Amino acid sequence: MLDKGLTPKVMLDMYYHMALARAVDDRMWILNRQGRAPVVYTSNGHEAAQVGSAFALNRGEDWICPYYRDLALVLAYGMTAREVMLHLLGRAEDPNSGGRQMPAHWGHAERHILTSGSVVATQDAHAAGLALASKVLKDGRVSVAYFGEGSTSQGEFHEALNFAAVHKLPVIFFNENNGYAISVPSRKQMAVQDVAARASGYGMPGIIVDGNDPIKVYEVVKEAADRARRGEGPTLVEAKTYRFVPHSSDDDDRAYRSREEVAEAKKRDPLVMFEAYLRDQKILNDKKLKEMQQQIKDVVNDATDYAEKAALPDPSTLADYVYSS
Amino acid sequence: MAVLSYLEAIRETLRQELAHDSRIIIYGEDVGVRGGVFRVTEGLQKEFGEDRVIDSPLAEAAIVGTAIGAAINGLRPVPEIQFADFIFPAINQIVQEAARIRYRSNGTFGVPMVIRAPFGGGVHGALYHSQSVEAFFAHVPGLKVVVPGTPYDAKGLLASAIEDEDPVLYFEHKAAYRSLKGEVPDDRYLIPIGQADLKRQGKHLSIITYGLMVSYALKAAEELEKDGVSVEVLDLRTVRPLDVSAILQTAKKTGKVLIVHEDNLTGGVGGEISALISEHALFYLDAPIMRLAGPDVPAMPYSPPLEHAFMVTPEKIRDKARELAKF
Ligand SMILES: Cc1ncc(C[n+]2csc(CCOP(=O)(O)OP(=O)(O)O)c2C)c(N)n1
Ligand SMILES: [Mg+2]
Repeated sequence: MLDKGLTPKVMLDMYYHMALARAVDDRMWILNRQGRAPVVYTSNGHEAAQVGSAFALNRGEDWICPYYRDLALVLAYGMTAREVMLHLLGRAEDPNSGGRQMPAHWGHAERHILTSGSVVATQDAHAAGLALASKVLKDGRVSVAYFGEGSTSQGEFHEALNFAAVHKLPVIFFNENNGYAISVPSRKQMAVQDVAARASGYGMPGIIVDGNDPIKVYEVVKEAADRARRGEGPTLVEAKTYRFVPHSSDDDDRAYRSREEVAEAKKRDPLVMFEAYLRDQKILNDKKLKEMQQQIKDVVNDATDYAEKAALPDPSTLADYVYSS
Repeated sequence: MAVLSYLEAIRETLRQELAHDSRIIIYGEDVGVRGGVFRVTEGLQKEFGEDRVIDSPLAEAAIVGTAIGAAINGLRPVPEIQFADFIFPAINQIVQEAARIRYRSNGTFGVPMVIRAPFGGGVHGALYHSQSVEAFFAHVPGLKVVVPGTPYDAKGLLASAIEDEDPVLYFEHKAAYRSLKGEVPDDRYLIPIGQADLKRQGKHLSIITYGLMVSYALKAAEELEKDGVSVEVLDLRTVRPLDVSAILQTAKKTGKVLIVHEDNLTGGVGGEISALISEHALFYLDAPIMRLAGPDVPAMPYSPPLEHAFMVTPEKIRDKARELAKF
């Protein structure tokens, strides 16, 4: 039985954000290939995992600690397409960083999207710390760290999970396992089959979920969040998914995986599968889909135009915000 | 006003601050039940509860990383690193995260947190319980680095550090913990971070230093006074940001500058101070700027003769100052 939060309206909204993320992503690659955006990091293929998890949270109140892969996540968490494009193009108005960080280094204080750096796994401890404050202040918030399976080889991943489990913190560790860390396959990353298997070493549940199914992801994260709010501690969730395009616009994935493998994975494209599901449930039809696609096209065009016209940062601001005053 | 040791001054400040602001939490290895390996946090868990004085797992990156998160979500964490020597597993979180979170978020996030750590040698701590690590962090924009040299300063600077909106490293010299005593007011007071303090007025030469070396420099100055050499002692109190105007003022006044620190010479804070003086006060100088610092060996050895050979002592300061006075 479906979670009662998942009304047809909510599921359509999920689909909208997945499709919007794919469209924004496609546009970013075009801008890159045209020489208008220096670098692109993608969420292409990860949309169900990201959007499904976002919808299971109290968006804007619970904290998310994203990594560079999480375009669909931040869109589902309230960041606008304009804000994404302002960030991509390093504009002054970019709410993530005012043009200071390279693309996909998300952060939005008002929306409770934690600022992120490039060093993988640092955000795992931040999520535990946000949750430590929630426990002390009893603010009812849950924090979620997002990370790739490659980053679970880092010591800070281990330290964060251990710390969170010992102190029973209201935090979720959400792994997006796409099988690769740039070119390195997960079998060269770890000697266990599943990231989730590591949870038992920390004394927390480790849940594997089909990361291409937003409803299943939603349900698992909802349960983990409920558990956290009940004071029962952290959960490690492993969403199995796949990245359909290269790691970034500077990568060429033909060097490390076959076209057959990618084609096979695309048969389980989360966007295609969710569309089929919604049609089957009579939640989506041709007419609605067309309307939505038009809307997305308009949003992406508007965001691109807006960001391209927006002002670049003033060099005189270079030394601003090193300290609070 | 009571006479307190350097350690007691720090403990009393932590107690006062915990009572003053309910957002403050303290955590680290052994800080709870045991009150820390040096007893700095003794009694605090009993008084303020396990939610606010927390024994954490033995994991420095997690201690600092979680403190960053806790600070962003509304607390004022004061994590302790058990020995400054063990801060390096957390350097990634300090330098790449805490120091630049305000900058990289264009001022929309901040990390109000104080990392306390005992540092320094002369206590038979050998290579891994003696290091001075301040220069690594003094290099990093976004951090503040405080090294108090007296019980009075320890209190006012710690209270300021905890009130500060930015990450502060607060280094406490282990040999100062019980050897330094002084009058400390009972009431809460703040000493601004980034303000040096002239600990002794003098005419012939200036010693610029910080931390435990302040008391050593004052001892040396007293001895030199007997020989008719009048020594000024400037206590930096903060090594980032440096109090540039106080540095230049004393250099211009006496025209002779000796910089002293226990941290090793090359790349130490002394190099920066020397550069500032040569850039801005060259023609006031009557002698080359001199530095007395720990030697360029990886860290302090254990066996007493080796340890002593490493340490900067009041006698070594006196001799070096005499050499400068004669120049
Ligand atoms: C500490 C650190 N080392 C190296 C890198 C360079 N790097 C960036 S992404 C990446 C691969 C990460 O793979 P994974 O964690 O599986 O995430 P995915 O990109 O697959 O989502 C590497 C090696 C980095 N950002 N941080
Ligand atoms: Mg991966």
